[in-house]
Amino acid sequence: MLPMNKIHTNIVKKVSPENYRVKTIEIEHALEEALPGQFLMVWMPGTGERPMSIGNGYPLTISVAKVGKVSDAITSLKPGDMISYRGPLGKPFAVPKDARSVLVVGGGYGVVPLYFLAKRAKENGIGTVAVLGARSARDIIYERQLFAVCNEVFVTTDDGSHGKKGTVMAEAEWLIGSKRFDCVYACGPEMMMRAVAEMCRKHRVPCQVSLERYMKCGVGVCGSCVISGKTVCRDGPVFSGEEALAMDEFGKPHRDATGALHER
Amino acid sequence: MGLESVMFGKKLKNPMILASGILGMTRASLEAACENGCGAVTAKSLTPEPRKGHDGPNIVEVEGGLLNAMGYPNPGIDAGLKEFGGWKRSEALIISIVGKDKKEFAGLAEKVETARKTLGATAIEAVMSCPHTPGYGTMAGQGTPECVSSITSAIKAKTKLPLIIKLSPSVPGEGKAAKAAEDAGADAINMGNSLGPGMLIDIHRRRPFLGFGVGGMSGPAIKPVVIRCIYDIYDAVEIPIIGTGGVNSGRDAIEMMMAGATWVGAGTTAYYRGAEAFGQICREMEAWMKSNNATKLRDVIGAAHE
Repeated sequence: MLPMNKIHTNIVKKVSPENYRVKTIEIEHALEEALPGQFLMVWMPGTGERPMSIGNGYPLTISVAKVGKVSDAITSLKPGDMISYRGPLGKPFAVPKDARSVLVVGGGYGVVPLYFLAKRAKENGIGTVAVLGARSARDIIYERQLFAVCNEVFVTTDDGSHGKKGTVMAEAEWLIGSKRFDCVYACGPEMMMRAVAEMCRKHRVPCQVSLERYMKCGVGVCGSCVISGKTVCRDGPVFSGEEALAMDEFGKPHRDATGALHER
Repeated sequence: MGLESVMFGKKLKNPMILASGILGMTRASLEAACENGCGAVTAKSLTPEPRKGHDGPNIVEVEGGLLNAMGYPNPGIDAGLKEFGGWKRSEALIISIVGKDKKEFAGLAEKVETARKTLGATAIEAVMSCPHTPGYGTMAGQGTPECVSSITSAIKAKTKLPLIIKLSPSVPGEGKAAKAAEDAGADAINMGNSLGPGMLIDIHRRRPFLGFGVGGMSGPAIKPVVIRCIYDIYDAVEIPIIGTGGVNSGRDAIEMMMAGATWVGAGTTAYYRGAEAFGQICREMEAWMKSNNATKLRDVIGAAHE
Protein backbone atom coordinates (compact mmCIF):
# COMPACT_ATOMS: atom_id res chain seq x y z
CA MET A 1 0.00 0.00 0.00
CA LEU A 2 1.08 3.57 -0.66
CA PRO A 3 1.74 5.74 2.36
CA MET A 4 -0.98 8.28 3.14
CA ASN A 5 -0.74 10.81 0.38
CA LYS A 6 -0.45 13.64 2.85
CA ILE A 7 -0.99 17.32 2.15
CA HIS A 8 2.11 19.23 3.26
CA THR A 9 1.85 22.90 4.21
CA ASN A 10 5.09 24.77 4.76
CA ILE A 11 6.59 28.25 4.54
CA VAL A 12 8.19 29.80 1.46
CA LYS A 13 11.79 30.60 2.36
CA LYS A 14 13.11 32.29 -0.77
CA VAL A 15 11.77 33.39 -4.15
CA SER A 16 14.30 34.11 -6.92
CA PRO A 17 13.60 35.07 -10.53
CA GLU A 18 15.24 32.79 -13.14
CA ASN A 19 14.15 34.83 -16.16
CA TYR A 20 11.30 37.04 -17.34
CA ARG A 21 8.64 34.54 -16.32
CA VAL A 22 10.18 31.73 -14.26
CA LYS A 23 10.64 31.95 -10.51
CA THR A 24 12.36 29.48 -8.22
CA ILE A 25 10.58 28.88 -4.92
CA GLU A 26 12.59 27.45 -2.03
CA ILE A 27 10.45 25.93 0.73
CA GLU A 28 11.31 25.45 4.41
CA HIS A 29 11.02 21.69 4.12
CA ALA A 30 13.61 18.94 3.75
CA LEU A 31 11.64 16.44 1.66
CA GLU A 32 14.31 13.79 1.98
CA GLU A 33 12.45 11.04 0.14
CA ALA A 34 12.14 13.20 -3.01
CA LEU A 35 14.07 11.76 -5.95
CA PRO A 36 15.03 13.45 -9.24
CA GLY A 37 12.22 13.10 -11.80
CA GLN A 38 9.43 13.12 -9.21
CA PHE A 39 6.93 15.93 -8.88
CA LEU A 40 4.64 17.72 -6.45
CA MET A 41 0.96 18.58 -6.89
CA VAL A 42 1.02 22.18 -5.70
CA TRP A 43 -2.27 23.44 -4.29
CA MET A 44 -3.08 27.14 -4.39
CA PRO A 45 -6.32 27.43 -2.37
CA GLY A 46 -9.10 29.03 -4.38
CA THR A 47 -7.15 28.68 -7.63
CA GLY A 48 -6.33 25.03 -8.31
CA GLU A 49 -3.65 22.38 -8.23
CA ARG A 50 -0.85 21.71 -10.75
CA PRO A 51 2.04 19.27 -11.07
CA MET A 52 5.51 20.82 -10.64
CA SER A 53 8.87 19.10 -11.15
CA ILE A 54 11.07 18.96 -8.08
CA GLY A 55 14.27 20.97 -8.64
CA ASN A 56 15.85 19.99 -5.33
CA GLY A 57 14.89 17.84 -2.32
CA TYR A 58 16.43 19.65 0.61
CA PRO A 59 15.57 22.43 0.75
CA LEU A 60 12.56 21.52 -1.33
CA THR A 61 12.66 23.64 -4.50
CA ILE A 62 10.42 24.13 -7.53
CA SER A 63 10.76 26.45 -10.51
CA VAL A 64 7.54 27.72 -11.98
CA ALA A 65 6.83 29.46 -15.29
CA LYS A 66 3.99 31.95 -15.20
CA VAL A 67 1.67 30.48 -17.84
CA GLY A 68 -1.81 30.26 -16.26
CA LYS A 69 -3.85 31.11 -13.19
CA VAL A 70 -2.32 28.52 -10.85
CA SER A 71 1.26 29.27 -11.90
CA ASP A 72 0.48 33.03 -11.64
CA ALA A 73 -0.55 32.44 -8.04
CA ILE A 74 2.56 30.36 -7.28
CA THR A 75 4.93 32.91 -8.82
CA SER A 76 3.24 35.67 -6.77
CA LEU A 77 4.24 33.97 -3.50
CA LYS A 78 6.54 35.91 -1.16
CA PRO A 79 8.94 34.65 1.52
CA GLY A 80 6.92 33.86 4.64
CA ASP A 81 3.80 32.82 2.69
CA MET A 82 2.34 29.33 3.09
CA ILE A 83 2.58 26.79 0.27
CA SER A 84 0.72 23.44 0.16
CA TYR A 85 1.44 20.35 -1.90
CA ARG A 86 1.09 16.58 -2.19
CA GLY A 87 4.13 14.48 -2.96
CA PRO A 88 6.69 13.40 -3.89
CA LEU A 89 4.70 11.65 -6.64
CA GLY A 90 5.59 9.61 -9.72
CA LYS A 91 8.45 7.39 -10.77
CA PRO A 92 11.93 8.96 -10.57
CA PHE A 93 14.83 8.73 -13.02
CA ALA A 94 16.69 5.46 -12.61
CA VAL A 95 20.48 5.60 -12.56
CA PRO A 96 22.20 2.38 -13.71
CA LYS A 97 24.22 0.61 -11.04
CA ASP A 98 27.93 1.47 -11.32
CA ALA A 99 27.19 4.39 -13.66
CA ARG A 100 30.20 6.69 -14.03
CA SER A 101 29.10 9.20 -16.61
CA VAL A 102 25.69 10.43 -17.75
CA LEU A 103 24.37 12.96 -20.25
CA VAL A 104 21.38 15.20 -19.58
CA VAL A 105 19.58 16.94 -22.45
CA GLY A 106 17.20 19.71 -21.42
CA GLY A 107 14.89 21.71 -23.65
CA GLY A 108 13.53 24.95 -22.18
CA TYR A 109 12.20 24.53 -18.66
CA GLY A 110 12.68 20.75 -18.83
CA VAL A 111 16.09 21.39 -17.33
CA VAL A 112 14.68 21.65 -13.76
CA PRO A 113 14.49 17.92 -12.84
CA LEU A 114 17.71 17.31 -14.80
CA TYR A 115 19.55 19.74 -12.53
CA PHE A 116 18.32 17.77 -9.50
CA LEU A 117 19.52 14.57 -11.20
CA ALA A 118 22.95 16.05 -11.99
CA LYS A 119 23.29 17.32 -8.42
CA ARG A 120 22.56 13.87 -6.99
CA ALA A 121 24.89 12.30 -9.57
CA LYS A 122 27.73 14.54 -8.42
CA GLU A 123 27.04 13.65 -4.77
CA ASN A 124 27.35 10.00 -5.78
CA GLY A 125 30.58 10.47 -7.74
CA ILE A 126 28.95 10.27 -11.19
CA GLY A 127 30.07 12.78 -13.81
CA THR A 128 27.42 14.65 -15.78
CA VAL A 129 27.60 16.40 -19.13
CA ALA A 130 24.67 18.73 -19.86
CA VAL A 131 23.20 20.07 -23.08
CA LEU A 132 20.80 22.90 -22.51
CA GLY A 133 18.72 24.48 -25.24
CA ALA A 134 16.00 27.07 -25.63
CA ARG A 135 14.47 29.43 -28.17
CA SER A 136 16.44 32.46 -27.13
CA ALA A 137 18.88 33.70 -24.46
CA ARG A 138 16.03 34.92 -22.29
CA ASP A 139 14.49 31.43 -22.16
CA ILE A 140 17.61 29.75 -20.77
CA ILE A 141 17.32 28.93 -17.07
CA TYR A 142 19.48 26.96 -14.61
CA GLU A 143 22.71 27.49 -16.58
CA ARG A 144 24.61 28.72 -13.52
CA GLN A 145 23.24 25.90 -11.35
CA LEU A 146 24.22 23.28 -13.94
CA PHE A 147 27.79 24.64 -14.18
CA ALA A 148 28.13 24.01 -10.43
CA VAL A 149 27.29 20.29 -10.66
CA CYS A 150 28.31 19.20 -14.20
CA ASN A 151 31.67 18.44 -15.77
CA GLU A 152 30.68 20.27 -18.96
CA VAL A 153 27.68 22.34 -20.04
CA PHE A 154 26.79 23.04 -23.68
CA VAL A 155 24.20 25.71 -24.46
CA THR A 156 22.25 26.19 -27.68
CA THR A 157 19.59 28.70 -28.74
CA ASP A 158 17.43 28.62 -31.85
CA ASP A 159 18.34 32.23 -32.68
CA GLY A 160 21.99 32.09 -31.61
CA SER A 161 21.50 34.81 -28.97
CA HIS A 162 23.32 32.66 -26.42
CA GLY A 163 25.62 29.65 -26.82
CA LYS A 164 25.68 27.88 -30.15
CA LYS A 165 22.99 28.64 -32.74
CA GLY A 166 20.74 25.66 -33.40
CA THR A 167 19.00 22.96 -31.37
CA VAL A 168 20.25 20.64 -28.64
CA MET A 169 20.15 17.76 -31.13
CA ALA A 170 23.39 18.57 -32.96
CA GLU A 171 25.31 18.81 -29.67
CA ALA A 172 23.63 15.72 -28.27
CA GLU A 173 24.38 13.68 -31.39
CA TRP A 174 28.02 14.65 -31.36
CA LEU A 175 28.34 13.85 -27.62
CA ILE A 176 26.50 10.51 -27.81
CA GLY A 177 28.54 9.52 -30.85
CA SER A 178 31.94 10.44 -29.42
CA LYS A 179 31.78 9.82 -25.66
CA ARG A 180 30.72 6.93 -23.49
CA PHE A 181 27.64 7.53 -21.34
CA ASP A 182 25.98 4.97 -19.08
CA CYS A 183 22.62 6.66 -19.60
CA VAL A 184 21.12 9.69 -21.34
CA TYR A 185 18.28 11.66 -19.71
CA ALA A 186 16.01 14.00 -21.65
CA CYS A 187 13.32 16.41 -20.53
CA GLY A 188 11.73 19.08 -22.71
CA PRO A 189 9.48 19.29 -25.78
CA GLU A 190 8.21 15.84 -26.73
CA MET A 191 9.56 15.95 -30.29
CA MET A 192 13.01 16.66 -28.87
CA MET A 193 12.70 13.74 -26.44
CA ARG A 194 11.60 11.48 -29.26
CA ALA A 195 14.63 12.49 -31.30
CA VAL A 196 16.94 11.84 -28.32
CA ALA A 197 15.34 8.43 -27.70
CA GLU A 198 15.76 7.46 -31.37
CA MET A 199 19.35 8.64 -31.36
CA CYS A 200 20.09 6.61 -28.22
CA ARG A 201 18.50 3.54 -29.82
CA LYS A 202 20.78 4.02 -32.83
CA HIS A 203 23.87 4.32 -30.62
CA ARG A 204 22.69 1.60 -28.23
CA VAL A 205 22.83 3.82 -25.16
CA PRO A 206 20.17 3.50 -22.43
CA CYS A 207 17.92 6.52 -22.27
CA GLN A 208 15.14 7.92 -20.09
CA VAL A 209 12.63 10.65 -20.86
CA SER A 210 10.25 12.60 -18.63
CA LEU A 211 6.79 13.05 -20.16
CA GLU A 212 4.15 15.63 -19.49
CA ARG A 213 0.38 15.36 -19.89
CA TYR A 214 -2.68 17.16 -18.50
CA MET A 215 -2.85 15.75 -14.99
CA LYS A 216 -5.57 15.71 -12.35
CA CYS A 217 -5.34 13.12 -9.57
CA GLY A 218 -1.55 12.60 -9.60
CA VAL A 219 -1.90 9.08 -8.17
CA GLY A 220 -2.79 6.81 -11.11
CA VAL A 221 -6.56 6.69 -10.71
CA CYS A 222 -8.46 9.20 -12.85
CA GLY A 223 -6.77 8.51 -16.18
CA SER A 224 -6.56 12.16 -17.34
CA CYS A 225 -2.84 11.87 -18.14
CA VAL A 226 -2.83 8.51 -19.94
CA ILE A 227 -0.50 8.06 -22.87
CA SER A 228 -0.99 4.85 -24.84
CA GLY A 229 -2.56 3.17 -21.79
CA LYS A 230 0.08 4.28 -19.25
CA THR A 231 -0.51 6.96 -16.63
CA VAL A 232 2.11 9.70 -16.76
CA CYS A 233 1.50 10.51 -13.08
CA ARG A 234 2.14 7.02 -11.73
CA ASP A 235 3.65 4.75 -14.40
CA GLY A 236 5.80 7.83 -15.26
CA PRO A 237 6.53 10.66 -15.63
CA VAL A 238 9.88 8.98 -16.32
CA PHE A 239 9.86 6.24 -18.96
CA SER A 240 12.74 4.46 -20.63
CA GLY A 241 13.37 5.57 -24.21
CA GLU A 242 12.26 2.14 -25.44
CA GLU A 243 9.00 2.28 -23.44
CA ALA A 244 8.30 5.75 -24.80
CA LEU A 245 9.12 4.80 -28.42
CA ALA A 246 6.67 1.90 -28.12
CA MET A 247 3.86 4.39 -27.34
CA ASP A 248 1.97 5.44 -30.44
CA GLU A 249 1.05 8.74 -28.77
CA PHE A 250 4.68 9.67 -27.94
CA GLY A 251 5.64 12.88 -29.71
CA LYS A 252 2.27 13.05 -31.40
CA PRO A 253 -1.15 14.25 -30.24
CA HIS A 254 -2.10 15.21 -26.70
CA ARG A 255 -5.35 15.40 -24.71
CA ASP A 256 -6.87 18.41 -22.97
CA ALA A 257 -8.90 18.64 -19.74
CA THR A 258 -11.94 17.05 -21.41
CA GLY A 259 -9.90 14.14 -22.74
CA ALA A 260 -10.31 15.28 -26.36
CA LEU A 261 -7.40 14.63 -28.72
CA HIS A 262 -5.42 17.45 -30.33
CA GLU A 263 -2.61 17.25 -32.87
CA ARG A 264 0.62 18.81 -31.70
CA MET B 1 -13.64 -24.55 -11.88
CA GLY B 2 -12.99 -20.90 -12.46
CA LEU B 3 -14.17 -17.36 -12.55
CA GLU B 4 -15.92 -17.50 -15.92
CA SER B 5 -19.05 -15.43 -16.10
CA VAL B 6 -21.57 -14.40 -18.71
CA MET B 7 -22.79 -10.84 -19.19
CA PHE B 8 -25.86 -10.47 -21.43
CA GLY B 9 -24.74 -13.41 -23.55
CA LYS B 10 -21.07 -12.44 -23.70
CA LYS B 11 -18.63 -14.81 -22.01
CA LEU B 12 -16.28 -13.09 -19.56
CA LYS B 13 -12.98 -14.52 -18.30
CA ASN B 14 -13.89 -13.23 -14.83
CA PRO B 15 -16.52 -11.04 -13.10
CA MET B 16 -14.14 -8.11 -12.46
CA ILE B 17 -15.26 -4.81 -14.02
CA LEU B 18 -13.23 -1.62 -14.29
CA ALA B 19 -15.58 0.98 -12.76
CA SER B 20 -16.37 4.08 -14.79
CA GLY B 21 -14.22 7.14 -14.19
CA ILE B 22 -11.16 5.06 -13.32
CA LEU B 23 -8.37 5.08 -15.90
CA GLY B 24 -10.98 4.88 -18.67
CA MET B 25 -10.36 8.14 -20.54
CA THR B 26 -9.05 6.44 -23.67
CA ARG B 27 -9.44 3.26 -25.62
CA ALA B 28 -5.78 2.41 -24.97
CA SER B 29 -6.29 2.72 -21.21
CA LEU B 30 -9.37 0.44 -21.35
CA GLU B 31 -7.27 -2.08 -23.28
CA ALA B 32 -4.56 -1.78 -20.63
CA ALA B 33 -7.18 -2.55 -17.93
CA CYS B 34 -8.12 -5.70 -19.88
CA GLU B 35 -4.45 -6.70 -20.05
CA ASN B 36 -4.27 -6.06 -16.31
CA GLY B 37 -6.99 -8.62 -15.68
CA CYS B 38 -10.46 -7.05 -15.99
CA GLY B 39 -13.22 -9.21 -17.50
CA ALA B 40 -15.16 -6.09 -18.49
CA VAL B 41 -14.35 -2.39 -18.64
CA THR B 42 -16.50 0.71 -18.29
CA ALA B 43 -15.57 3.74 -20.36
CA LYS B 44 -15.43 7.23 -18.87
CA SER B 45 -18.98 8.59 -18.47
CA LEU B 46 -20.09 10.64 -21.46
CA THR B 47 -22.28 13.76 -21.46
CA PRO B 48 -23.91 15.47 -24.47
CA GLU B 49 -21.22 18.19 -24.63
CA PRO B 50 -17.50 18.12 -23.68
CA ARG B 51 -16.81 18.96 -20.01
CA LYS B 52 -13.55 20.05 -18.39
CA GLY B 53 -14.70 18.93 -14.94
CA HIS B 54 -14.16 20.69 -11.64
CA ASP B 55 -11.10 22.79 -10.82
CA GLY B 56 -8.46 20.91 -8.83
CA PRO B 57 -7.61 19.53 -6.43
CA ASN B 58 -9.79 16.67 -7.71
CA ILE B 59 -8.68 13.76 -5.54
CA VAL B 60 -7.21 13.34 -2.10
CA GLU B 61 -6.52 10.36 0.11
CA VAL B 62 -8.39 10.25 3.39
CA GLU B 63 -8.52 7.52 6.03
CA GLY B 64 -10.01 4.44 4.42
CA GLY B 65 -10.17 5.67 0.86
CA LEU B 66 -10.17 8.54 -1.59
CA LEU B 67 -12.34 11.61 -1.74
CA ASN B 68 -12.87 12.79 -5.32
CA ALA B 69 -14.65 15.55 -7.17
CA MET B 70 -13.76 15.09 -10.81
CA GLY B 71 -16.96 16.68 -12.19
CA TYR B 72 -17.30 14.42 -15.24
CA PRO B 73 -14.43 15.57 -17.42
CA ASN B 74 -15.10 13.94 -20.81
CA PRO B 75 -14.85 14.78 -24.50
CA GLY B 76 -18.63 14.54 -25.05
CA ILE B 77 -20.71 11.69 -26.50
CA ASP B 78 -19.69 12.16 -30.17
CA ALA B 79 -15.92 12.21 -29.58
CA GLY B 80 -16.32 9.55 -26.87
CA LEU B 81 -18.08 7.03 -29.11
CA LYS B 82 -15.39 7.64 -31.72
CA GLU B 83 -12.66 7.05 -29.12
CA PHE B 84 -14.15 3.84 -27.69
CA GLY B 85 -15.90 2.44 -30.77
CA GLY B 86 -14.95 -0.59 -32.85
CA TRP B 87 -14.37 -2.71 -29.73
CA LYS B 88 -13.46 -6.27 -30.72
CA ARG B 89 -11.83 -7.69 -27.59
CA SER B 90 -13.07 -10.71 -25.65
CA GLU B 91 -13.58 -8.49 -22.58
CA ALA B 92 -16.91 -6.66 -22.46
CA LEU B 93 -17.09 -2.90 -23.05
CA ILE B 94 -19.72 -0.95 -21.11
CA ILE B 95 -20.55 2.55 -22.34
CA SER B 96 -21.45 4.89 -19.47
CA ILE B 97 -23.77 7.84 -20.04
CA VAL B 98 -24.80 10.62 -17.71
CA GLY B 99 -27.47 13.24 -18.29
CA LYS B 100 -29.21 16.04 -16.44
CA ASP B 101 -32.72 14.67 -17.07
CA LYS B 102 -34.58 11.98 -18.98
CA LYS B 103 -34.45 14.01 -22.19
CA GLU B 104 -30.65 14.20 -22.06
CA PHE B 105 -30.39 10.51 -21.17
CA ALA B 106 -32.69 9.63 -24.08
CA GLY B 107 -30.62 11.74 -26.47
CA LEU B 108 -27.41 10.03 -25.33
CA ALA B 109 -29.02 6.58 -25.64
CA GLU B 110 -30.13 7.42 -29.16
CA LYS B 111 -26.54 8.28 -30.16
CA VAL B 112 -25.27 5.03 -28.63
CA GLU B 113 -28.00 3.10 -30.51
CA THR B 114 -27.04 4.77 -33.81
CA ALA B 115 -23.43 3.65 -33.28
CA ARG B 116 -24.40 0.25 -31.79
CA LYS B 117 -23.51 -1.99 -34.74
CA THR B 118 -19.92 -0.71 -35.01
CA LEU B 119 -19.46 0.15 -31.33
CA GLY B 120 -18.95 -3.40 -30.07
CA ALA B 121 -20.31 -2.57 -26.59
CA THR B 122 -22.04 -5.22 -24.47
CA ALA B 123 -24.14 -2.83 -22.39
CA ILE B 124 -24.95 0.76 -21.67
CA GLU B 125 -24.74 2.07 -18.12
CA ALA B 126 -26.78 5.08 -17.01
CA VAL B 127 -25.42 6.85 -13.96
CA MET B 128 -27.92 8.48 -11.60
CA SER B 129 -25.73 8.59 -8.57
CA CYS B 130 -22.83 11.04 -8.77
CA PRO B 131 -22.68 12.86 -5.40
CA HIS B 132 -20.64 15.90 -6.42
CA THR B 133 -21.73 17.38 -9.76
CA PRO B 134 -24.48 20.03 -9.82
CA GLY B 135 -27.29 19.11 -12.19
CA TYR B 136 -26.44 15.39 -12.16
CA GLY B 137 -26.97 12.32 -9.98
CA THR B 138 -27.97 12.75 -6.36
CA MET B 139 -27.41 16.52 -6.57
CA ALA B 140 -30.29 16.57 -9.09
CA GLY B 141 -32.45 14.19 -7.03
CA GLN B 142 -32.08 11.38 -9.60
CA GLY B 143 -32.03 8.61 -7.00
CA THR B 144 -35.76 8.54 -6.25
CA PRO B 145 -37.81 5.59 -7.56
CA GLU B 146 -39.95 7.96 -9.70
CA CYS B 147 -36.92 9.56 -11.33
CA VAL B 148 -35.14 6.22 -11.82
CA SER B 149 -38.27 4.81 -13.42
CA SER B 150 -38.82 7.64 -15.89
CA ILE B 151 -35.15 7.84 -16.95
CA THR B 152 -34.94 4.05 -17.35
CA SER B 153 -38.06 4.01 -19.56
CA ALA B 154 -36.76 6.91 -21.64
CA ILE B 155 -33.45 5.12 -22.31
CA LYS B 156 -35.09 1.73 -23.00
CA ALA B 157 -37.29 3.41 -25.61
CA LYS B 158 -34.17 4.48 -27.53
CA THR B 159 -31.76 1.55 -27.41
CA LYS B 160 -31.72 -2.22 -27.72
CA LEU B 161 -28.47 -2.52 -25.75
CA PRO B 162 -28.85 -4.11 -22.31
CA LEU B 163 -29.20 -1.31 -19.75
CA ILE B 164 -27.43 -1.10 -16.38
CA ILE B 165 -28.74 1.48 -13.92
CA LYS B 166 -26.05 2.78 -11.57
CA LEU B 167 -27.49 3.77 -8.20
CA SER B 168 -26.09 5.53 -5.17
CA PRO B 169 -25.41 3.97 -1.75
CA SER B 170 -26.19 7.41 -0.28
CA VAL B 171 -29.92 7.53 -1.07
CA PRO B 172 -32.14 5.67 1.41
CA GLY B 173 -34.47 3.07 -0.08
CA GLU B 174 -32.01 1.52 -2.53
CA GLY B 175 -34.25 -1.54 -2.90
CA LYS B 176 -37.20 0.61 -4.04
CA ALA B 177 -35.08 2.50 -6.56
CA ALA B 178 -33.70 -0.78 -7.91
CA LYS B 179 -37.21 -2.26 -8.19
CA ALA B 180 -38.35 0.87 -10.04
CA ALA B 181 -35.49 0.40 -12.49
CA GLU B 182 -36.33 -3.28 -12.96
CA ASP B 183 -40.03 -2.54 -13.52
CA ALA B 184 -39.10 0.09 -16.11
CA GLY B 185 -37.05 -2.45 -18.07
CA ALA B 186 -33.50 -2.22 -16.68
CA ASP B 187 -31.38 -5.32 -17.33
CA ALA B 188 -29.04 -4.93 -14.33
CA ILE B 189 -28.37 -2.70 -11.34
CA ASN B 190 -24.94 -1.33 -10.49
CA MET B 191 -24.73 -0.62 -6.76
CA GLY B 192 -23.05 1.73 -6.37
CA ASN B 193 -21.19 4.95 -6.72
CA SER B 194 -18.97 6.94 -4.37
CA LEU B 195 -20.59 7.69 -1.01
CA GLY B 196 -21.47 11.08 0.34
CA PRO B 197 -20.57 13.73 -0.52
CA GLY B 198 -17.90 14.18 2.11
CA MET B 199 -15.38 16.91 2.86
CA LEU B 200 -11.77 17.22 3.91
CA ILE B 201 -10.73 20.49 5.54
CA ASP B 202 -7.05 21.37 5.51
CA ILE B 203 -6.57 22.78 9.00
CA HIS B 204 -3.44 24.75 8.06
CA ARG B 205 -5.25 26.59 5.29
CA ARG B 206 -8.60 26.57 7.14
CA ARG B 207 -10.62 25.58 4.10
CA PRO B 208 -11.92 22.54 2.19
CA PHE B 209 -9.14 20.90 0.19
CA LEU B 210 -11.02 19.81 -2.92
CA GLY B 211 -11.54 22.44 -5.60
CA PHE B 212 -15.27 21.72 -5.57
CA GLY B 213 -15.37 21.71 -1.76
CA VAL B 214 -17.08 18.34 -1.41
CA GLY B 215 -16.40 15.00 -3.04
CA GLY B 216 -17.49 11.38 -3.22
CA MET B 217 -15.89 8.87 -0.87
CA SER B 218 -14.57 5.62 -2.34
CA GLY B 219 -12.35 2.82 -1.13
CA PRO B 220 -12.35 0.24 1.70
CA ALA B 221 -14.24 2.47 4.19
CA ILE B 222 -17.44 2.48 2.10
CA LYS B 223 -17.54 -1.29 1.52
CA PRO B 224 -19.84 -2.17 4.47
CA VAL B 225 -22.42 0.38 3.28
CA VAL B 226 -22.32 -0.92 -0.28
CA ILE B 227 -22.49 -4.56 0.89
CA ARG B 228 -25.65 -3.76 2.85
CA CYS B 229 -27.20 -1.97 -0.16
CA ILE B 230 -26.43 -4.95 -2.43
CA TYR B 231 -27.91 -7.31 0.15
CA ASP B 232 -31.16 -5.29 0.17
CA ILE B 233 -31.30 -4.97 -3.62
CA TYR B 234 -30.74 -8.72 -4.07
CA ASP B 235 -33.92 -9.29 -2.07
CA ALA B 236 -35.82 -6.63 -4.03
CA VAL B 237 -35.10 -7.53 -7.68
CA GLU B 238 -34.58 -10.51 -10.01
CA ILE B 239 -32.15 -8.82 -12.42
CA PRO B 240 -28.40 -9.24 -11.80
CA ILE B 241 -26.35 -6.81 -9.74
CA ILE B 242 -22.90 -5.30 -10.24
CA GLY B 243 -21.39 -4.58 -6.83
CA THR B 244 -19.09 -1.55 -6.83
CA GLY B 245 -17.51 0.12 -3.81
CA GLY B 246 -14.42 -0.58 -1.74
CA VAL B 247 -13.27 -3.89 -3.21
CA ASN B 248 -9.53 -4.14 -2.62
CA SER B 249 -8.91 -7.90 -2.37
CA GLY B 250 -10.23 -11.25 -3.53
CA ARG B 251 -11.98 -11.72 -0.18
CA ASP B 252 -13.74 -8.36 -0.61
CA ALA B 253 -14.99 -9.48 -4.03
CA ILE B 254 -16.23 -12.82 -2.64
CA GLU B 255 -18.04 -10.95 0.17
CA MET B 256 -19.72 -8.68 -2.37
CA MET B 257 -20.86 -11.68 -4.40
CA MET B 258 -22.20 -13.37 -1.29
CA ALA B 259 -24.27 -10.22 -0.67
CA GLY B 260 -25.76 -10.74 -4.12
CA ALA B 261 -23.47 -9.31 -6.79
CA THR B 262 -23.06 -11.27 -10.05
CA TRP B 263 -20.17 -9.02 -11.15
CA VAL B 264 -17.81 -6.83 -9.15
CA GLY B 265 -16.72 -3.31 -10.08
CA ALA B 266 -13.50 -1.81 -8.74
CA GLY B 267 -11.50 1.38 -9.14
CA THR B 268 -9.90 2.86 -6.05
CA THR B 269 -7.94 -0.38 -5.65
CA ALA B 270 -5.75 0.93 -8.49
CA TYR B 271 -4.58 3.60 -6.06
CA TYR B 272 -3.60 1.12 -3.37
CA ARG B 273 -2.33 -1.74 -5.50
CA GLY B 274 -1.55 -0.16 -8.87
CA ALA B 275 -3.09 -0.89 -12.25
CA GLU B 276 -2.30 -4.61 -11.83
CA ALA B 277 -4.81 -4.82 -8.93
CA PHE B 278 -7.66 -6.24 -11.05
CA GLY B 279 -5.86 -9.41 -12.09
CA GLN B 280 -4.40 -9.85 -8.62
CA ILE B 281 -7.88 -9.68 -7.06
CA CYS B 282 -9.09 -12.36 -9.50
CA ARG B 283 -6.22 -14.65 -8.59
CA GLU B 284 -7.05 -14.15 -4.90
CA MET B 285 -10.70 -15.01 -5.61
CA GLU B 286 -9.64 -18.19 -7.37
CA ALA B 287 -7.39 -19.18 -4.49
CA TRP B 288 -10.18 -18.58 -1.98
CA MET B 289 -12.64 -20.63 -4.01
CA LYS B 290 -10.18 -23.47 -4.34
CA SER B 291 -9.51 -23.68 -0.60
CA ASN B 292 -13.22 -23.35 0.19
CA ASN B 293 -14.52 -25.95 -2.25
CA ALA B 294 -16.45 -23.48 -4.38
CA THR B 295 -16.20 -24.66 -7.98
CA LYS B 296 -18.13 -21.89 -9.73
CA LEU B 297 -19.30 -18.36 -9.02
CA ARG B 298 -22.90 -19.61 -8.75
CA ASP B 299 -21.86 -21.26 -5.46
CA VAL B 300 -20.97 -17.85 -4.08
CA ILE B 301 -23.48 -15.36 -5.54
CA GLY B 302 -26.16 -14.56 -2.96
CA ALA B 303 -24.74 -17.16 -0.55
CA ALA B 304 -25.31 -14.86 2.43
CA HIS B 305 -29.09 -14.97 1.87
CA GLU B 306 -31.17 -17.72 3.48
